[in-house]
Amino acid sequence: MANAHSPADSAKYYVPHGSIWPIFGSVSLFILMIGASLTLEGGEGVPGTAVLFAGFALIAVLFFGWFGKVISENEAGLYNMDVDRSFRMGMMWFIFSEVMFFAAFFGALFYARNLSVPWLSGAGAKQMTHSLLWSHFDGGWPSNGPSRLGPHEDGSFETVPALGLPLVNTLLLLTSGVTITIAHHALRAGNRAILKIFLAATFLLGFLFVYLQATEYREAYTELGLQLKTGIYGSTFFMLTGFHGLHVTIGAIMLTVIWFRVLRGQQTAQNHFAFEAVAWYWHFVDVVWLGLFVFVYWL
Amino acid sequence: MAHVHTHDADHHDEKPAGIGRWLFATNHKDIGTMYLVFALIMFFIGGAMAMVIRAELWSPGLQYVDPAFFNSMTTTHALVMIFGAVMPAFVGLANWMIPLQIGAPDMALPRMNNYSFWIMPFAFTLLLSSFFTASGGPAGGWTMYPPLSLQAGNSFPTMIFAIHLMGASSIMGAINVIVTIMNMRAPGLTLLRLPLFCWTWLITAYLLIAVMPVLAGAVTMLLTDHYFGTSFFNPAGGGDPVMYQHIFWFFGHPEVYILILPAFGIVSEIIPTFSRKPLFGYDAMVYATASIAFLSFLVWAHHMFTTGMPLASELFFMLSTMLIAIPTGVKVFNWCATMWKGSLSFEPPMLFSLSFLFLFTIGGFSGLMLAIAPADFQYQDTYFVVAHFHYVLVSGAVFAIMAAVYYWLPKWTGHMYNMGLAKLHFWLSAIFVNVLFFPQHFLGLAGMPRRIPDYNVQFTDWNRVSSLGGFVFGLSQLLFVVLILQCVRGGAKATAKVWSDAEPVGLEWSVASPAPYHSFETPPLITDANTHHEHV
Repeated sequence: MANAHSPADSAKYYVPHGSIWPIFGSVSLFILMIGASLTLEGGEGVPGTAVLFAGFALIAVLFFGWFGKVISENEAGLYNMDVDRSFRMGMMWFIFSEVMFFAAFFGALFYARNLSVPWLSGAGAKQMTHSLLWSHFDGGWPSNGPSRLGPHEDGSFETVPALGLPLVNTLLLLTSGVTITIAHHALRAGNRAILKIFLAATFLLGFLFVYLQATEYREAYTELGLQLKTGIYGSTFFMLTGFHGLHVTIGAIMLTVIWFRVLRGQQTAQNHFAFEAVAWYWHFVDVVWLGLFVFVYWL
Repeated sequence: MAHVHTHDADHHDEKPAGIGRWLFATNHKDIGTMYLVFALIMFFIGGAMAMVIRAELWSPGLQYVDPAFFNSMTTTHALVMIFGAVMPAFVGLANWMIPLQIGAPDMALPRMNNYSFWIMPFAFTLLLSSFFTASGGPAGGWTMYPPLSLQAGNSFPTMIFAIHLMGASSIMGAINVIVTIMNMRAPGLTLLRLPLFCWTWLITAYLLIAVMPVLAGAVTMLLTDHYFGTSFFNPAGGGDPVMYQHIFWFFGHPEVYILILPAFGIVSEIIPTFSRKPLFGYDAMVYATASIAFLSFLVWAHHMFTTGMPLASELFFMLSTMLIAIPTGVKVFNWCATMWKGSLSFEPPMLFSLSFLFLFTIGGFSGLMLAIAPADFQYQDTYFVVAHFHYVLVSGAVFAIMAAVYYWLPKWTGHMYNMGLAKLHFWLSAIFVNVLFFPQHFLGLAGMPRRIPDYNVQFTDWNRVSSLGGFVFGLSQLLFVVLILQCVRGGAKATAKVWSDAEPVGLEWSVASPAPYHSFETPPLITDANTHHEHV
C-alpha cells in the first residue's frame, strides 16, 4: 500500500522536476500585497479588499496544491531519509525565524517599559525632553503615553488581569502541549485510537484558546478602554497577543489537517514528518505564550 | 497503489524546453542563472538611479530633477542595490556553486528555491510601481526612519509590503542554503574541509534567518503606526522614534555582514588559486567569519551615536565595533599571507580579488574612524559615510561578485571569455571607482551632508570629480554585459579545470565545463587529498 512506505525506501535524493506551485505562489503573494496596498491607499472606488481576498484565496489554493503534491510524493515513497532530514531542518530554521519575528515585538515592549516611558517621565539623561515637552507626565507602567492616547475622553484604560482569562488560556495551552506529546507517543507506538483522540483534544484546546482570546479582546475593546490605539501599552499588547493568536490559529488549523490525514491512515509510526513539524510549531507558540503571560499580562 | 516514479529522465542531461524551464524551474543551476541575471538587471536599474544622483550633483543648485524625486532616487537606489542586486547575486552564486562544491545533486529544497527567486521580481515591481502613482516613489531614505517615512503617500504600503516579500524570499533562500550544506555534503566532506565560500554562506544564512524577521517586525510596526493607530514610534503615546532605529539597525548591522561575508568566501577561493598556494590559516578564516557574525549582533547602535543615547551605550557600541577589526584583520592578514611567496598570476578574477583586498580595507579603515563615537558626531550623515559604505559595498561586495563571475563563468558556460575585454573592464572599474568615491571622503569631512540635492559652492570641484568617475564607472559596466553575452554565445572551449595551470582546488573543477545539467547524482568521496587546506 502507498502509505506503507518508510522513508528509507528510496536510495536517491528526490529532486522534483518542474513545479507550477512556486510561480503560482509568487503571483498569489503579489496579488495579495497589491490588494493590501490598494486597501490602505487606493482611495474611493478602488476594489482593494476584493483584490486582497482574491490573494488570500489564491494562497489557500497554493497550500492545497503544493502540500498536496508533496504528500502524494511522500506517499509514493519518493522521499528517503535525507529528504526527510531536509524537511526537518527546514522547519526548525523556519521556527527560528518566527522566534526572531516575535523577538522584535518583545524588544519593543522592553524598550518602551524600561527606556522610552521612563525617559519621557524624566529619568536618566532625558531630563530636558521631560521638562520642556511632557512635564506633566510621571510615567509608570501600564502607560498610554504623556498624551494618554486611547478611546476614552480622559485617556483612562484598564489592563486585562493576568489571573482571569489569561491564566485559563495558559492552562489550556500547557495542557495542549501534554496532549500532543501523548498523541506523539501513541503515533510512534502505533496506537492509532489514542493518537486520534489526543490529537483532536489538542486542536480543540487550541481553538478554545482562540475563542477565549477573542472574548478577551471584545472585553478589552468595549469595557476596558484597551484598544490598539491605547498608546504604547495597547500597541504592544495587541501586536504581541494578536500575532500570537494568529499563530495559534494557524497551528490549530495545521493540527486539524494532520488529524484528517491520520484518519485517512497517513502519518505512520515510521513516516510522520508533518506531525512532528506541527508539534514543534505548537510547542513554539506555547513557549511564546509563556513569555506573553509573564511579560505582557503578569509583570 | 500510488504509482512509483523511477525518474529515468534524471540520468540524462536534458533540459526542459521553453519558458517553462524558467517559470517552473527546480534545477539549482537554472535558478542560479535567474538570480544572477535578475541581479545584473537590478544593478543597472540601481545604477541608472545613481547616475541621476551624480548628474544632479554635478553643480550646486537644482538642475535636472526636483528634490522629492532626488530623494526617491537615493532611497530606491539603496533598496534596489542592496536587496535587488548584491543579495540576489550572492544567492545566485550560492545556487550555482554550493551543490557543485559539496558534491550534492541539487539544493535541498528545490521547489522552495524557485519560490524564493520568483518572489523577487514581483517584490521589486511592487516597490518601484509607486513611481507611477501620484505620490511618487518612496523618498524617506532606505532606512525608513519615522516620523519622516510615515508621511509618505501611495508609496508607503507598497514599500512596506515589498520589504516583507524580499524578507520572505531571503529567509527561504537562507534556509535552503543551511539545509543544503548541513544535509547534502558528500561523504568525507567534514565541516572543516568545506570550501570557504560554503562556510561564509552558511554563516550568512544564519544571519539572514536571524535578522530578516526583525526587519519584517520593524516595518510592520511602521505600517500599524501609519494606518492602525499604534504608538510604537510616537512619543505622545509612550513610544519613541529612536526605538525604530534600534530595531532597524539590529537588522541592519548583521545585514551589512550579509552583504560582505559571501564576498570574503569568494576572495578566499580565488586568491589561493592564483597564488598557487593553499589558503593560509583555513581554520582561522572560519573562526574569524563566525566571530564577525557573532559580533554583528552587538554593534548596531554605532549607526545611532548622535541620537542622544546614554553615555554607557555610546562607549559599549564604540568598543564592540572596534572589536570587529580583529577578526577582519585576521582575514586580511591571511589573504596577504596566502600570497606571500606564492607564484602569482593576474587573471581577471585575481585582479578583482586584489582590488577587493585593497579597497575593502580602505573601507574598513574609514569604518574604524566612524566607530569612534566622539568623531562620529562630525561624520554622521555626511558624504564621509557615503564614501565609507560605497568602498565596502561597491569595491567590496560588487567587486567580489565580479571576481566570482570571472572565476566561474567558464564553468557555467563552457567557454573562456575575452581576457583583454575583462582586463579593460577591470582597470576602468578599479580606477574610476576611486575617482567616484575617494573625493566623497573629502566632501564629507568638509561637511557636505548626504541625501541633499543642492550644496554649497565650495563643494563643486570634488563633486564634479566624483560625478565624472561615476559616469565612467557606470558606462564601463556595459563592457561586463558585452563580455558575458559573448561568453554565453561562444568562445574557446573551457577545460574542466578552467584555470588548469593554477590547479584550482574544489569539487566544482572535477565536473566538465559547462557543468552538466544535473550535478553529482552519486556523491563523490572526499579525502584530504582533494581539499588540501592548510590547517593552522
